[in-house]
Amino acid sequence: MILELFLQQVLNGLTLGGVYSLVALGLTLVYGILHVPNFAHGAFYMAGAYSAFFIMTKLGLNYWWGMLGAGVVVALISVLAERLVFHPLRKAPYLHHMIASIGILLFLEAGAQAIWGADFHRMDTPYTQLLEFGGLTLPAQRLLIIGAAFLLVALLQLFLKKTITGATIVAMAQNREGAALVGIDATRVAMLTFAIAGALAGVAAVLYAPINLVYTSMGNLVITKAFVIIVLGGMGSVPGAIAGGLIIGFAEAFGAFYISTDYKDIIAFALLVLILSVRPQGLFAKGAH
Amino acid sequence: MKFMNATTGWSLLLLLALAFPFLAGNDYHLTVMSTAYIYAIATIGLNLITGYTGQYNLAHSGFMAVGAYTVGILTVDHQVPFWIAFFLAGVIAAAIGFFVGLVSLRLKTHFFSIFTLCVGYIMYLLIEKWESLTHGTVGIIGIPAPPNIGSIDFTEPRPQYYLVLFFLVASLWIMHRIVRSLLGRTFMAIRNGDDLAQALGINLMRNKLLAFMLSVFFAGLAGGLYAGFVRFIGPGVASVEHTFDMTMYMLIGGIGTLLGPLLGAIGVPWLTQYLQVLQDFRFVVFGPLLVILVIFLPYGIVGTWMNRKRRKEALAAQSAAPAARDINTLAAAKGATHA
Repeated sequence: MILELFLQQVLNGLTLGGVYSLVALGLTLVYGILHVPNFAHGAFYMAGAYSAFFIMTKLGLNYWWGMLGAGVVVALISVLAERLVFHPLRKAPYLHHMIASIGILLFLEAGAQAIWGADFHRMDTPYTQLLEFGGLTLPAQRLLIIGAAFLLVALLQLFLKKTITGATIVAMAQNREGAALVGIDATRVAMLTFAIAGALAGVAAVLYAPINLVYTSMGNLVITKAFVIIVLGGMGSVPGAIAGGLIIGFAEAFGAFYISTDYKDIIAFALLVLILSVRPQGLFAKGAH
Repeated sequence: MKFMNATTGWSLLLLLALAFPFLAGNDYHLTVMSTAYIYAIATIGLNLITGYTGQYNLAHSGFMAVGAYTVGILTVDHQVPFWIAFFLAGVIAAAIGFFVGLVSLRLKTHFFSIFTLCVGYIMYLLIEKWESLTHGTVGIIGIPAPPNIGSIDFTEPRPQYYLVLFFLVASLWIMHRIVRSLLGRTFMAIRNGDDLAQALGINLMRNKLLAFMLSVFFAGLAGGLYAGFVRFIGPGVASVEHTFDMTMYMLIGGIGTLLGPLLGAIGVPWLTQYLQVLQDFRFVVFGPLLVILVIFLPYGIVGTWMNRKRRKEALAAQSAAPAARDINTLAAAKGATHA
C-alpha cells in the first residue's frame, strides 16, 4: 500500500513535470535567443486553453483538433508579440522588455475575460477512463499528458540537434553576432523561436486543462513556476528546463502528499528562494549571468 | 521668462488638493481620491527602488499587504491602538524587506524581478493559507478607523481625505529630500550602471538594501493607511496585479521622476472612473497602452517633458556661449531625469 501511494505520487510528479517542462522549454528558448524574460508566456498558455475551449464548444470539433488549433493560434499570437513588441524593443533596457511583456499579459487576460467572462470552464476530454494496473489507478488523461509531453520534448530535441533550422536557433542562442556572420537570418530565427514557444505553451495548456479547469488567471501560477524552473535550470538551457520541470513537478507532487496540500504551491517558490540564497547563479548555470 | 517654476507648481497642486473636498460633488469622489492617494504613496515607494535605483521589485504589493495585515491583525486580534499598529506597519514591512533584500539584491536585472515575483507569491499564498494568523480567504473585517483627534472624526470622508493627503504630502516631501541628497545621487548612480557606481566607491549592496527598505517602508505605510481607510482587507491586497497597476501609474506619469508616479496614480483611477466600461476590462486598453508607452514614450509624460525642457535649455546655453561648450550643460542635457 505504501509503495502504491508512492508510485501514485511518481505519476502525479511526471504529469506536473511534463506540463511544466513544456511551458518552461518555450520560455527558455525565447530567453536564449532574445534575453527577454517573457512574462506574457503564461497568458499564451491561457490563450491556448481558451482557443481549444472555443474550438471544441463553439465549432464542435474534437479534443485533438482543439489541441492543434490551440498550438496554431498561440504560435500566431506569440509571433505577433515578437514582431510588434519585442522586436522594436530589442535595444531597450531590460526593464522595458519586462514592462512590455506585462502589458501583453494584462491585455490577453483582460481580453479573455471580456470575451468569455470570469467564470471557470470545464474542458471535456475523450480520455476519462481509469486504467487499473496492479493496484494502481491510472487516469488516462494523465498518461496522455506524460506521453505527449515526453514525445514533444524528444521531437524538439531532434529538431534542435538534427535539422539545419534547429541548429540556427541553437547557434543564435550561443552567439548572436557569430550567427549573423555566418549568414543566419536573425529575424527569421526569432519568429520561429517565438512560434515554437507559443505552440508548446498552447499544447501544454490543452493537455493539462481537462484535469485543472479553464479560467483567465490559469497561466499565472504556471508561468511563475516556469520561471523558477528556468532559473534553476539555467536561463536559456534546454536540458535545464526539462530537468527543472521534473524537479519542480516531483517536489510538488510529493510535497502535496507528504507535507501539506495547502502549501504545495509555495514549495516551488520556497525551493527557488532557498537555492538562490545559496547559489545565486542557479543550480546548473555555468559562470556568471 | 519662466512661466512656472517647481515651487509654485507644487504649491498650486497642494492648494488644489486642499480645495478638492469643497469642489468635489459628493463623498464618493472623495473616497476615489483618497484611495488614489494611498496607492500613490505605495507607487512613490516603488519608484524609489525601480525608477531611481533601477531594481524592479515585483513583490511591492506583497509589502503593502504586510502593512495592511500588520494593522489588521494588531488592532482586531490584539487590540493594539491604531497609531502604534500603523507605525509598526512600516517598520515590519521594512524589517521583512531587510531579509528579502539581503538575499534578492545579490541578483541582478530580471533575476531580481523573477525572485521578487516568487517572494510576492509566497507572501500571497501565506496570507491566504495561514488562517490562524490572517483569517485566510475570509479576510479581516471590522478594522477600527484611526481614533478621533479632538473633535475630528476619521470615519467621516472629509477628515479621512485630509489624513491621507497629509501622509501623501509627507511622503512626497521625504522622497524629495532623499532624491536631492547625496543618497539619492548614489541610488541614481547605481541605476545608471552597477560597475561604474562600484568604481566610484559606492557600496552596492548597502545602498541597494537601503533603497529597498525605504521603498517597502512606504508600501507598508500605504498598506496600513489602506487598512484604516477601507477597514476590511483580504489576501487580494497582496496580488501581483496591484504591483502591475503601480507600474502602470509610474510609467504613464514618468518613471524616475517625483511628479510622474503621483500624476499616474491619481490620473489613471479617474480615467477608469469616467470610462465605466473600462472598470472590468481596463487592461484591454491599458495593456496595449503600456506597450506603446514603453516603445514610444519610455520616460512617460513628465520624463519626456523634462527631457525636452532640458534639451532646450542646453541648446540655449550653447548658442549663448558657443565657445564654452562646457561639460556641465552637456551633462545636464544627458543626465538623469528628475522632477
